[in-house]
Amino acid sequence: MPRIVVDVMPKPEILDPQGKAIVGALPRLGFTAFSSVRQGKRFELTVDGEVTEEILAQARDAAETLLSNPVIEDVVNVEVVEA
Amino acid sequence: MTELPLIGEAIAVAANPKLAGAKIGVVTFPGTLDDRDAVRAVRLAGATPVALWHADTTLGDVDAVVIPGGFSYGDYLRAGAISRFAPLMAKIIDAANSDARLPVLGICNGFQILTESHLLPGSMIKNDHLKFMCRDQVLRVENNTTAWTGDYAAGQEITVPLKNQDGQYIADEKTLDALEAEGRVVFRYVGFNPNGSRRDIAGIANAAGNVVGLMPHPEHAVEVGFGPESLDGVGGSDTDGLGFFTSVLNKIVGDNK
Repeated sequence: MPRIVVDVMPKPEILDPQGKAIVGALPRLGFTAFSSVRQGKRFELTVDGEVTEEILAQARDAAETLLSNPVIEDVVNVEVVEA
Repeated sequence: MTELPLIGEAIAVAANPKLAGAKIGVVTFPGTLDDRDAVRAVRLAGATPVALWHADTTLGDVDAVVIPGGFSYGDYLRAGAISRFAPLMAKIIDAANSDARLPVLGICNGFQILTESHLLPGSMIKNDHLKFMCRDQVLRVENNTTAWTGDYAAGQEITVPLKNQDGQYIADEKTLDALEAEGRVVFRYVGFNPNGSRRDIAGIANAAGNVVGLMPHPEHAVEVGFGPESLDGVGGSDTDGLGFFTSVLNKIVGDNK
């Protein structure tokens, strides 16, 4: 089954409290190379059958209306991944 | 709806018989927590509460709607994001934007649902300190001309409980400036900002003033002996939240004169 992957990230200008907590925890485990972390979301939408342009358009629409909130988040990627 | 007293007899403080005819709907979503307290607050204010279910497709003849707090759909995806597409929300959005300007109050998760619905601008993200916080919170009433704040004095400070995890109000600077300029910041945190909200904003209104949302919980401060004052005496009274509900009643009755 092909899947459509949608990646959503907090907008660059929005402070990401979760990312901030993670970047604080990394050095405690010896991971000292990372100065910043931002946490986003990945959605995998499974399609029964072929991913047509129409289905891909639906996925883009769903990404903008339900999967992300444009006030705080950007849809950074919508792509088809074959099984 | 049948409503057994949880603590004591729910005796309305406002004994105006005209008010009892006013019907205030309280919406329950899967995961709503504070609907019963909101129903009780409506009754204590002197009105008739009407239980509404998120899957309902009609609003009936309610004169106002309260969207209470909780964790609808477990806050999955984003707080309020899934509830916002409930069938009843479409009706509430239409009624709030109609010429009749149905008064709508969103408390906590209800506020999050209203921003996800675009009835109110901005959004809530996780508290800046990342912890769930529960405390008695002092608020300043910045705008007493909305449908839900008419019984307060402008600048009045009230104390009501606050309890949230995703309570940090954010919007872009342009939106924040517009809210300030139009007097749409209705409540501000006083003394302590519990979640990092921009410009200490605790609650806002739409341009018409019929839709109000806030993170703190006025419906938990409506009864003597069971409000914030009895905990640590942080000022205000036990019943500082009751004014929300009496305000909208007086507005409804005033409109129907």
